[in-house]
Amino acid sequence: LQKLRSQTMKLYSYFRSSAAYRVRIGLNIKGLAYETVPVHLVKNEQQSEDYLKLNPSALVPTLIDGDLTLSQSLSILEYLDEQYPETKLLPSDVQETAKIRAFSQAIACDIHPLNNLRVLKYLKNDLNVSDEQKNYWYQHWIIEGFQNLEQQLQDSNGQFCFGEQATIADCCLIPQVYNAKRFKIDLSAFPKIESIYHHCLSIPAFYNAAPEQQPD
Amino acid sequence: PILYSYFRSSCSWRVRIALALKGIAYDVVPVNLLEDGGQQFSAEFKAVNPMQQVPVLKIDGITLSQSLAIIHYLEDTRPNPRLLPQDPKKKAQVRMIADHIVSGIQPLQNLSVLQQMGEKKMEWAQNCISSGFQALEQTLQHTAGRYCVGDEVSMADLCLVPQVSNAERFKVDMGPYPTITRINKALLELEAFKVSHPSRQPDTPAELRA
Repeated sequence: LQKLRSQTMKLYSYFRSSAAYRVRIGLNIKGLAYETVPVHLVKNEQQSEDYLKLNPSALVPTLIDGDLTLSQSLSILEYLDEQYPETKLLPSDVQETAKIRAFSQAIACDIHPLNNLRVLKYLKNDLNVSDEQKNYWYQHWIIEGFQNLEQQLQDSNGQFCFGEQATIADCCLIPQVYNAKRFKIDLSAFPKIESIYHHCLSIPAFYNAAPEQQPD
Repeated sequence: PILYSYFRSSCSWRVRIALALKGIAYDVVPVNLLEDGGQQFSAEFKAVNPMQQVPVLKIDGITLSQSLAIIHYLEDTRPNPRLLPQDPKKKAQVRMIADHIVSGIQPLQNLSVLQQMGEKKMEWAQNCISSGFQALEQTLQHTAGRYCVGDEVSMADLCLVPQVSNAERFKVDMGPYPTITRINKALLELEAFKVSHPSRQPDTPAELRA
């Protein structure tokens, strides 16, 4: 049984934000109720004075749980997993957990930050790169990153990244694959990644977290 | 344990600090990211880490990469002294600050990205670090005591010091970040932060040695 909360958690989210999507998947897998507060990134709502007070980085997601205001998707997922232990996102085996964290970090640090909206805007507006160069940039980090990830998935059964259940690794992978597909990147060189992606999307927790299913 | 490390890699430095704080002895195998076209791309290193990145730690019969994953593993297996507070809110804040640095700042200015930026390298690095530090300075107003979160050294502090060192290398004006500056100074007085410093590594070039 989850602990009773006097207030439902709030998640400041943008439907297409990859980092918010990770947290939405985690919340759904754990069966945790939350209220979505949309923040429209393209319209610059993250730069509003009110939002900056909550999250000075002007990024989504931000989670509010009681008196805790928390940003950074991985730390949110770790917090949720410890605070609400039913349906764990990390196994008890510490070595397996280390592999899962390394995989998740590879996505959250080595791939995604280079391709997020703020960086793409800077490339276009401040550095005046062409659309073609911008697309090359985007593809480059994904292809390189996915080569690493596919390597790490050698022992995967093709349903989840690690083990027999969804973990933080899957919460991170699925949004990254979504982004790759949005930019029409050919993923045929990454069969494990494709297989896990398709399997996870057949699960309601993942499906309901997808950008197309969001209130915004 | 064996740590594959580059003296100046901030990710490697974080792990060196953690190992020093926890009193874990280890051997260093230096991997020079610039020489020979980047030693991380050698067949020899690829056999150690197919991801071709540092740091890599071989410990307890396994090979680990990604600095925060390594540090968390050390925390899970060698809990004293701890690098995460017990209080769930403070623990979350430590992770949040660490994540902000390791995903929000450092990757944007690491070697492989800078190599793509050509002549815009400096401007880019300064911009990434300044925006990141601006936000961090705000966050620290709510969390900091003597160190990033309260008065105990945590994973957040391990990430902060190497990032400030990078800021200095890229000539970022630290004037707007007094809290970051104060905390960085306090941390550099601790032995673990000194002994792991880039100027004191087996692969530190003579002209940069402390």
